[in-house]
Amino acid sequence: MDIKSMKNYLYWLYCQFELITCSYLMEPWEKLLFYSFNITMLVMVLYIAYIFVPVHITMAFQFFFFHENL
Amino acid sequence: MLNCTKLVTVTGYINNLPTLSGSTLRLYKRPFNEAFEETPMLVAVLTYVGYGVLTLFGYLRDFMRQWKIEKCQNATEREEQKDFVPLYQDFENFYNRNLYMRIRDSWNRPICSVPGAKVDMMERVSHDYNWTFTYTGRVIKDIINMGSYNYLGFAQKAGTCQEAAAKVLSQYGAGVCSTRQEMGNLDKHEELEKLVARFLGVESAMAYGMGFATNSMNIPALVGKGCLILSDELNHASLVLGARLSGATIRIFKHNNMQSLEKLLKDAIVHGQPRTRRPWKKILILVEGIYSMEGSIVRLPEVIALKKKYKSYLYLDEAHSIGALGPSGRGVVEYFGLSPEDVDVMMGTFTKSFGAAGGYIGGKKELIDYLRTYSHSAVYATSLSPPVVEQIITSMKCIMGEDGTNVGKARVQQLAENTRYFRRRLKEMGFIIYGNEDSPVVPLMLYMPAKIGAFGREMLKRNIGVVVVGFPATPIIESRARFCLSAAHTKEMLDTALKEINEVGDLLQLKYSRHRLVPLLDRPFDETTYEETED
Repeated sequence: MDIKSMKNYLYWLYCQFELITCSYLMEPWEKLLFYSFNITMLVMVLYIAYIFVPVHITMAFQFFFFHENL
Repeated sequence: MLNCTKLVTVTGYINNLPTLSGSTLRLYKRPFNEAFEETPMLVAVLTYVGYGVLTLFGYLRDFMRQWKIEKCQNATEREEQKDFVPLYQDFENFYNRNLYMRIRDSWNRPICSVPGAKVDMMERVSHDYNWTFTYTGRVIKDIINMGSYNYLGFAQKAGTCQEAAAKVLSQYGAGVCSTRQEMGNLDKHEELEKLVARFLGVESAMAYGMGFATNSMNIPALVGKGCLILSDELNHASLVLGARLSGATIRIFKHNNMQSLEKLLKDAIVHGQPRTRRPWKKILILVEGIYSMEGSIVRLPEVIALKKKYKSYLYLDEAHSIGALGPSGRGVVEYFGLSPEDVDVMMGTFTKSFGAAGGYIGGKKELIDYLRTYSHSAVYATSLSPPVVEQIITSMKCIMGEDGTNVGKARVQQLAENTRYFRRRLKEMGFIIYGNEDSPVVPLMLYMPAKIGAFGREMLKRNIGVVVVGFPATPIIESRARFCLSAAHTKEMLDTALKEINEVGDLLQLKYSRHRLVPLLDRPFDETTYEETED
């Protein structure tokens, strides 16, 4: 039963997303375009974060704590 | 701190508000509770996001229509006129094509029974995303009607009003075929006007065939060039049209804001007409009894005090408040306990509380005699149809108690109870409700464009008919659902409606209010104190 309520909750969250971004009102091909654009941007942001965030943290750590080694 | 909201309440009894002085408090004989909760910041931002997305898609669709990738189904200019000044390029048309069309199925719904407390509706579907509709043939029966202006429940197909109207129909027929000044002045009209004058407590009254035309055709007869009109920000289109047609100078004061009105009056008296500095021939203040989009009631005691101080005239449009306010339904003047002689022109309509059609103007005898001669509506417009007149006469006598029963008084009281109950329950649920505590017009804020369409559709699925309003009738982010309560609604109907509204509010996340009211036991209105807790 927990899975069912979890699925209902996720579906409700998806409905809220649809209502806020007005994709509830769009025709199917518009929805496809909108979601593919959103998912592409999201994937790009996550990919860039995956590549660059550890490097940036390491560099910041070195800058603040071991600046004589730079 | 970004999300903190202000609850703006003005009550006549609280003695530590900076806006009300001691002298103003004495004008009000009862507490004046009006609230317009501020839009939460997050909701405003998300509404703009929604409109932004729809605008982008609107541009995309317009581009596709322009380059013939998609079939163009809206109105465009003909090929020969493509080089003329463009007709459909402004924002209104853009909004119409791209935003309104997507949610159009919530409006113009065809009903097929009398619009009482319950109504039947023809079901329709659209296969091309609201550009065209087809009827499925099914009739949705017994939809709880929360949208009709049926405040006292006189929209009935059986009862004393209907029988009287049917009798008059068989006697006089339906058409009048003439104007008031030619051959259209029936004895029924004279009877009606005497009754209206008695009902309102004025010397004389005159009735017209159309409520909108009462305003737009009579204001030009009362004021002209060289006069000043001070009109409320949120006045109805009929008042605005009448004011513009008259040719007088129009100045707008902020909605229900007496400081703004006083400032304008002072400037008008001190500076006079713009170029010549001559005094204004007449200053007319245009206000409405209940503003139907906000649910707010005019601050009539203060307006009358200002009018007397600055020697100007008052035109009160009681379209929604006649029959709906006041202990015996005589409107906003009785609600505040004032004398009808203080209001120079009392205008109202028979469409809302009397279940008929048409409008009236009441006032001093000289004024009404003047209007009988000089009003455009009297000269050119056909007069009221006899069965409609009989409906008004019967319903008005019922409200006044002259038909020997208690029905009218019971209806007025039922409406007041329904109003208080409905508003209190909605506020407890956590919705943002605008307007005065006593107004039977209840606007529930929706804000986001997708929720306008979703609310209308979900409520119809649950057999409740509501009216949703968006731009251009309201500011662009403040779209709302407007409930009109009726004396014909029983408590069970209201409870059903409230249950469904609660469900839909949870489904669509409409409970934006930051001020949760403590549910109180049913106490009479005068002793009520709302304890507000901020979370």
